[in-house]
Amino acid sequence: MKRSNLAARKLEERIFKALMYLSVALVLGTLLLIVGIIIAKGVPSLSIQMLTQTPKGGYYLGKEGGILNAIIGSIYLASGATLLALMVSLPVSLYINVYTRNNSRLASLVRFSMDILWGIPSIVYGAFGFIIMISLGLRASLGAAIIAVALFELPIMVRAMDEVLKMIPQELAEASYSLGATRTETAFRVIVRQAVPGLITGGLMAFGRGIGDTASVLFTAGFTDRIPTSLSQPAATLPLAIFFQLGTPFPEVQGRAYAAATVLTVMVLVISLTARLIAHRYSKCITH
Amino acid sequence: MPGRIARDLVARKIFFALTLAVCLLALPLAVSLFVKSLPVLKSAPLASILFSTEWQPMQGKFGMLAFFMGTVTVTALAMLIAVPVSLLAAIWLSEYASSRLRNLLLPMIDLLSGIPSVIYGVWGIIILVPSVRWLSHRFGAWSSGYCLLSGALVLAVMISPFIIHVAREVLSTVSFGIRDASLALGATKWQTIKLTVLRKALPGIVAAVILGLSRALGETIAVLMVIGNVPMIPKSLFDPVYPLPALLANNYGEMMSIPLYDSALLLSGFILLVTVLASNLVAKGILRAMQRGQI
Repeated sequence: MKRSNLAARKLEERIFKALMYLSVALVLGTLLLIVGIIIAKGVPSLSIQMLTQTPKGGYYLGKEGGILNAIIGSIYLASGATLLALMVSLPVSLYINVYTRNNSRLASLVRFSMDILWGIPSIVYGAFGFIIMISLGLRASLGAAIIAVALFELPIMVRAMDEVLKMIPQELAEASYSLGATRTETAFRVIVRQAVPGLITGGLMAFGRGIGDTASVLFTAGFTDRIPTSLSQPAATLPLAIFFQLGTPFPEVQGRAYAAATVLTVMVLVISLTARLIAHRYSKCITH
Repeated sequence: MPGRIARDLVARKIFFALTLAVCLLALPLAVSLFVKSLPVLKSAPLASILFSTEWQPMQGKFGMLAFFMGTVTVTALAMLIAVPVSLLAAIWLSEYASSRLRNLLLPMIDLLSGIPSVIYGVWGIIILVPSVRWLSHRFGAWSSGYCLLSGALVLAVMISPFIIHVAREVLSTVSFGIRDASLALGATKWQTIKLTVLRKALPGIVAAVILGLSRALGETIAVLMVIGNVPMIPKSLFDPVYPLPALLANNYGEMMSIPLYDSALLLSGFILLVTVLASNLVAKGILRAMQRGQI
């Protein structure tokens, strides 16, 4: 092989390596920049009042008040949706891992359709939630929004729980069967107990997604300055509060939108960081 | 004890029913959107909805071409920016990075990709829109900054972590045997990647790109915040456009007050759903075939 050829090959490698460094730096840099800028812009407008008060009259013109209604609304909404999604996703992921062999046709059908559902845009879930809401004769409310967000969270949760339950050693279930336990008893008293940290991780991840999603609640949540006290009342959410406040022409209110964005970003990052830490610890427990 | 066995049977039946229901969930989604969009489909020939730019809900004219073009242009542009960058980053992360660095950077990218869409939109308004406005003035286009280019940039940033994630996973499934064989023949590391690893991983990388595409198609809030929302067929990067998801999101308020309007909007939702489902099916089909070693 000629030397010049080798030199050319090495040069090509060097060029591509430089491009790769650049790409990684670009992606990571941009993502960090986003978090940095949101926090830098939001922190100056952040105050105790913003976190502890609901909007007073003229709040959207720059007067007194805070975004407590949106913070609480978002937490209610995401908790309700996560709970509802859990009530469906736990039985489903148990069914494909405990009741059938987890490489059965049904199991792979479930996994396949979860992957497909995962890809459906949240605005479509929002539109579907809206259709359900109208046909049930409901008005825009916390309850209707919970249904829409639960649908959106469902595939995320089933997939996360499935990954956890797959890892539970088969021998554990067999030991339980040999003692005379039924599948249901084994599922809830042995398998679920073993998988709790992983299930919490899955739940937190879905919660984080749900709390940050705007499009799925656009049609169904409504918006209000008050904290909802029942499922049939409309609810404000943080993403929508950011969206609306940013749309006003007043710099004061826009500053509050940045502050609300900071609150949301920090909440989501803390939630998913916690989820990851639990998952990390848990995977160590299994291998050691 | 019959009580326990009966309970087991009942639980099993309920769980099975839930599992089936969840599997078929896409069906009621598609069917209900389709049924709701029937009135507008019956009101006018299909061609006058799909291929006309006349969008005048008050007069019952629902030509969606401008919105399709909005979605197509912003998605294509975003893919053009995101795909090369994401693939290069994924290749570096899986082939060149030390495992310590990889274990640090990958979770970081995943974590940051969980940032809510609306936050990307806020960032777009703070940083991208003014920058693009400035840029457009340099080119003599006098754009407000709320335009196709801003939308595409936000979208590109949002889908990159996703493409990186899937592409990295695909690359990590390529066996080390073929890498070693190629290196042993005197190929440089880059040649090995280019000629063997990428060739082996090609179908999966295509799938990663398609999955990124379907994410981009449905992304709503961040894009609508920076893209201007004017239903027109763009002639330059600095023209505002109006993508399909934004149409749906912006008009939910008044859609019940004008006849057929809600039906037209839900039709746009249906079209979005079908497009995304089709691309997801193709991508997942490819990935599955790869897993089974059929490709």
